[in-house]
Amino acid sequence: MSFSLRKDKRGVVVVGVDGQLIVGNRQDLKEKVLDAIDAGARKFVVDFTHTGYIDSSGLGVLVSLSKKIREQGGELRLAGLNEDLQTLFELTKLDTLFSITKTPEEALAAF
Amino acid sequence: MTTPLRLDVRRPTAGPEVELSLDVPSDLELVGPAVELIVASWPSSPLSARRVLFNLRTALAEALCNAIAYGNRHDPAKLVRVRVEVTPDLVQIHVADDGEGFAPESVPDPTLPENLEREAGRGLFVLRHLVDHVSFNEKGNAVCLTLRAG
Repeated sequence: MSFSLRKDKRGVVVVGVDGQLIVGNRQDLKEKVLDAIDAGARKFVVDFTHTGYIDSSGLGVLVSLSKKIREQGGELRLAGLNEDLQTLFELTKLDTLFSITKTPEEALAAF
Repeated sequence: MTTPLRLDVRRPTAGPEVELSLDVPSDLELVGPAVELIVASWPSSPLSARRVLFNLRTALAEALCNAIAYGNRHDPAKLVRVRVEVTPDLVQIHVADDGEGFAPESVPDPTLPENLEREAGRGLFVLRHLVDHVSFNEKGNAVCLTLRAG
């Protein structure tokens, strides 16, 4: 399980979540995104194309990062959720808190 | 990652077809490895592969996290005991901690507008939606998750 960060040419940071986003690794994601904010990034896409599962701690870290980024005038978008993960966001009503697209490309295009 | 986890797999002559048991020290870093160890040793079961890979994994992670953080309060001297019973009709997962227990009905609804932006408090809600039945013992320090065949 790991996270990869890349920046597109307009400075949008795409964070890939490989494997899972759970209680054991959420702090790693948080630190990587906070470092990027400190370095000036304001637009983020979290790409779940290669993610197996997310627990409630993982959901929680996305909520807190999104809030932090909004306070800085930016936005965190989500992309690539499979059907099960999409359902998880819907039943927790977090789909109302995030802009969610099918692919990271769509999320990038919408910025 | 080297872990102190050791999974015991039994095929009792009476009762469930297969019984898995695992003691997990109260360290949140061990939640992921414990879940993967159980899934990697998963026997033939009445659950679809998709439900094992998503519902079972996520539910196990939630139950372990709750037991370690809220039950045993991260006390390294305390263990969380996991026992999984697999029968032809259902899978039951028992997760018990050494904590004081809690009242599940006292947990606020995380989907209410005033709670939506809270970082924590979704575990039990998510758990209830991932499995067919959730029951606690009277003290509130042991949970039984039931997934029916399918």
